Amino acid sequence: MTDVNTHEHSDHPVTSGRLPVADVPHKPRRTDVDPKAARRAERQVAGMFTLSVLFVILFVVAYVAIPKDANVYIPVLGLVGAMNLALGVTMGAAVFLIGAGAIQWAKKLMPDVEVVQERHELASEPADTAEAVDQYERGKEESGFAGYKIIRRSLLGALALFPIPLIVLLRDLWVQPTDTPNPQAELETTIWRKGSRIVVDGSYAPVKASDLPVGGLISAVPENMMEVQEEEHTLNARGKAAILVVRMQPDEIRSQQGENWDYQGILAYSKICTHVGCPISLYEQRTHHLLCPCHQSTFDLADSGNVIFGPAARRMPQLPIGVDEEGYLVALADFAEPVGPSFWERG
Amino acid sequence: MKSLVARRRHPLALALLLLFALAAVAGIYAVASASAPAIASDSTQTQVEEGKKLYLEGCSSCHGLGAEGTVNGPTLIGVGAAAVDFQVSSGRMPLAAPGAQAQAGPAMYDEKEVAQLAAYVASLAPGPQIPTAEDLNTDNVDVALGGLLFRTNCAQCHQAAGGGGALTQGKYAPSLMGSEPKEIWEAMVTGPQSMPVFSDSSITPDDKRAIIAYIEELQTSASPGGLDLGRIGPVTETVFLFTAVAAALAFAAIWIGMKAR
Amino acid sequence: MSTVEKVGAGAGTYVDQRLGSNRFLKRSLSKVFPDHWSFMLGEIALYSFIVILLTGTYLTLFYKPSMVEVIYQGSYVPLKGIAMSEAYASSLDISFDVRGGLLLRQMHHWAALIFVAAVSVHLLRIFFTGAFRKPREFNWIIGVVLLTLALGAGFSGYSLPDDLLSGTGLQIARGIVQAIPIIGTWGAFLLFGGQFPGDDFISRIYSVHILLIPGLILALVTVHLMMVWVQKHTQFPGPGRTNNNVVGYPLMPVYMAKAGGFFFIVFGIIALLGGLVSINPIWIFGPYTPDQVSAGSQPDWYIGWLDGMLRTMPNWETAVGGITISWNVFIPAVVLPGLIFTAMALYPFLEAWVTGDKREHHLLDRPRNAPVRTAIGVMSLTFYMLLWIGGANDIIATTFDLSINAITWFLRVALFVLPPLAFVFTKRVCLGLQRKDRDKLLHGYESGRILRLPHGEFVEVHEPLDVKERAIIESRLMTDHAPLPMPASVDAAGVANKHYRVKRLQAKLSRVWYADQIPAPTMAEIEEGQHHAAHGALSEAPLHAHADALENVPFHGGVLHTPGEEKTNQEQLNDRGGHL
Repeated sequence: MTDVNTHEHSDHPVTSGRLPVADVPHKPRRTDVDPKAARRAERQVAGMFTLSVLFVILFVVAYVAIPKDANVYIPVLGLVGAMNLALGVTMGAAVFLIGAGAIQWAKKLMPDVEVVQERHELASEPADTAEAVDQYERGKEESGFAGYKIIRRSLLGALALFPIPLIVLLRDLWVQPTDTPNPQAELETTIWRKGSRIVVDGSYAPVKASDLPVGGLISAVPENMMEVQEEEHTLNARGKAAILVVRMQPDEIRSQQGENWDYQGILAYSKICTHVGCPISLYEQRTHHLLCPCHQSTFDLADSGNVIFGPAARRMPQLPIGVDEEGYLVALADFAEPVGPSFWERG
Repeated sequence: MKSLVARRRHPLALALLLLFALAAVAGIYAVASASAPAIASDSTQTQVEEGKKLYLEGCSSCHGLGAEGTVNGPTLIGVGAAAVDFQVSSGRMPLAAPGAQAQAGPAMYDEKEVAQLAAYVASLAPGPQIPTAEDLNTDNVDVALGGLLFRTNCAQCHQAAGGGGALTQGKYAPSLMGSEPKEIWEAMVTGPQSMPVFSDSSITPDDKRAIIAYIEELQTSASPGGLDLGRIGPVTETVFLFTAVAAALAFAAIWIGMKAR
Repeated sequence: MSTVEKVGAGAGTYVDQRLGSNRFLKRSLSKVFPDHWSFMLGEIALYSFIVILLTGTYLTLFYKPSMVEVIYQGSYVPLKGIAMSEAYASSLDISFDVRGGLLLRQMHHWAALIFVAAVSVHLLRIFFTGAFRKPREFNWIIGVVLLTLALGAGFSGYSLPDDLLSGTGLQIARGIVQAIPIIGTWGAFLLFGGQFPGDDFISRIYSVHILLIPGLILALVTVHLMMVWVQKHTQFPGPGRTNNNVVGYPLMPVYMAKAGGFFFIVFGIIALLGGLVSINPIWIFGPYTPDQVSAGSQPDWYIGWLDGMLRTMPNWETAVGGITISWNVFIPAVVLPGLIFTAMALYPFLEAWVTGDKREHHLLDRPRNAPVRTAIGVMSLTFYMLLWIGGANDIIATTFDLSINAITWFLRVALFVLPPLAFVFTKRVCLGLQRKDRDKLLHGYESGRILRLPHGEFVEVHEPLDVKERAIIESRLMTDHAPLPMPASVDAAGVANKHYRVKRLQAKLSRVWYADQIPAPTMAEIEEGQHHAAHGALSEAPLHAHADALENVPFHGGVLHTPGEEKTNQEQLNDRGGHL
């Protein structure tokens, strides 16, 4: 690095073996003409590399010394995790300084004269092309690819069909249960049954009609939710059976999907959006509007759950409800239409 | 929320904390003394009368002379003291200006007046009560359960980090980052404005305390990963990416491309 | 020669005897690379990709791609005892219990955002400078494929932590697949191994995310770079730069130091970001369950436009004869993105067909010199940005006190109105800049130096352009191309032209492409103009004095204009036989 200054920074440096650009006047840099400036640049570059080493050491120290759960207050950032901050900053600085040093080196001490390289025609020479064509023709001739028509056609047929096993093997990406004729059958039903008690999601407690005030909202599931979930080891049943239960004044209900599907102003609707399936429970108790946070489809729960805004095309399916002999809210049947996003076979 | 964290380290924080402690003690004392029946009925009676006066002056034009509601405002019969306390002490009522929804702001009535208004409205019909210090005691609650319930019942409108979110037609669910436990409780039991009511059957009092504890956790917790960008997810991350990060990378690229002098 | 170098030389010889590598080094070490900050956008993409591979490898050591339900017992208290998938639990462990794990996660995510952003902006640079033209059409297509792969890589990675945000994204993806006519339902069941969310998807998308997509990206990036190597980099116009050469710095040492250094800088910035700025705090969103959602659920930025399209689309659905076609999902999420990416991939061929330009281009276009292309680009960007607004409409609504309904309706109109307006506006700006360039070539630039003439009037002196600026502006002379001629319906022998309709369309589009171009002056005119400007006030002053005395015509910047006439003083002077 010390002999950099001995480089001749004329307009025609020989370093690259290429000619410099002819008509751009080259202005020497300070490091080219002032040995002091060059030495300063040298110190800068070396300094950055040395600092980088220091930061690597700090990184290891931080890794060992800082407890995982320590927080530290930093202005602008706020109260943040100390470990993550220390590791990120030391590692970032160590790596960044290597880059900055290299670039400073290139800019200040390596030649800064642009050089010219000629481009060559990309297309092959006609002679080369002709030779390649000859080779191909010879191969075609020798193999008899053109002559043996049957071989050619059967080969093409074989090649066309050989990926089929690879596609067939994908069929059991879905291991179809024996009692399920097609996907549609699974999409059309939920675990709601006549008499299923409605329980609060989270506490799984049954709900008495009198417990729900006007304007109230409950995120609910069927009473056997957890059993089914444990049996199936998936959240599939939950993904279809989740409902929300709301109560409004009976005279505020303008329409619903079936006669008397409410119970004294208590209505139950699916929670799964009919657009692309986000769970919805942004319920505005004054307007009775239900808004999807994903794509802003809006449904009017006082009017059969019809779509009043946004990209959803289908109304929110309603669950018919009543009370059992103990006064707890129950479903009167499964949903009358599939819940969730539309699909081809839905009709 | 950043500012909140910052303020915790403020020299005034200690003073504020002491003040809160004092207020809490005073509150407990007040509750304890309120439970003494003789004094209670008496003071309640005067409170109701004072409250009625305030009501007729400031509220009756919209809510009706008998609080039965008009075209301009809903009935207040049965909304309870909690609703009044929530709406009036948060400055949402009296309504400052017509709009998509009432905005929180500086309260128009002092604490005593709010209590009087609340007592009057509570006297009209039974309704949700203002929570006691006991109701809001979050010692020994399960924060993780609170988180689960928060995500089930609250996050859909108030966002997973409690930052708030949009509703229809310009309405919105406010941020919970500055909300006090009492406010959160009152909002749950009364269902102010668009918010539905979460009665005790939907969220039990224990569960309400757990949710409050979780919201407090959200309000005060550190950000393990650094600058938290509001914790609202990809949108602020995108804004940061195309401003600060893009500027840093562009600066580096331009520095490299620039000729040294 | 130092010891290290001796060892290096020995190793070099050893390898060369087996691979002939010195022949390659001979040609390569002096290979020239042009220098421009915008050429580093592709480098940023490459370097952030390397950081993604590095950090991603570490993450695979700790992450468990499993949807088996576990009870969280890690050190993050607000989730302790909560049921969640193993995938989410291990993501929490990475964030809270593996030292430096959070840093790796955040670096990985930031690098991913930067990667897609750099690819996108790199693509814009290529587009606006016409770098996709012959002979680089293949590389453009590879670039478009890389962009789609990058989106796939990003989305699949976004889905892995199995938090509430990522699961919501998957739920939407499932809804989209289900909306594809005929095969949608089966497709969704095969992809997810049954109903949503099932217990297969995380492990499936994991192998896509860590093997399939990065493998393809790595392979295509290699081809992409090899093509750049073989074809040599394009360059911006400048002195000494022609279509037949490349001007810049040799690979060894300058470019190597700069490119290598830049890798460390990008790496360093990503590490600093990982340490300083939180990204995707999954512990806030909670574990995924299909019946919970958070307000403000958004995808990462590069999916935002698709989400915006989904949000803006009207609710069209057809249900007849037992089948349902969900236009409201199928069009914005499948048809339009498909069309947009296809159009993007085919663009170089479409443009070449319209312009009829079959020449090789190694000198980059200035965007103003291809007004229609630039206008198409700005129009598309406008469309894209509006969709971004759509994707973030709820956040925008709460931040700026607006109604989401109003924003949606604004977008439903604006998506059809603003992009065409952007097209017209951009084209006008380009033509204006062309006019300015022409003036500079013919009259020099306005120096800002004011001269006071003997009779007391002030004029601004025009000076000749410097070498660099003149070379840049003149580059247009090398790339201009005439519109295609109108074909004849019958040839000379009276035989009908079979391709007449197609050819006529091509010629018409070609006219549109070149319509309104400000003709570039000839080399002779430029020489004269620059020579004229070189005389500065000396030649302007007397000319002006005459004009002033005779007709009192308006006068700006030392160039004489007759009102209502576009011609310059030189042209007017020529018209009048050399004297006023």
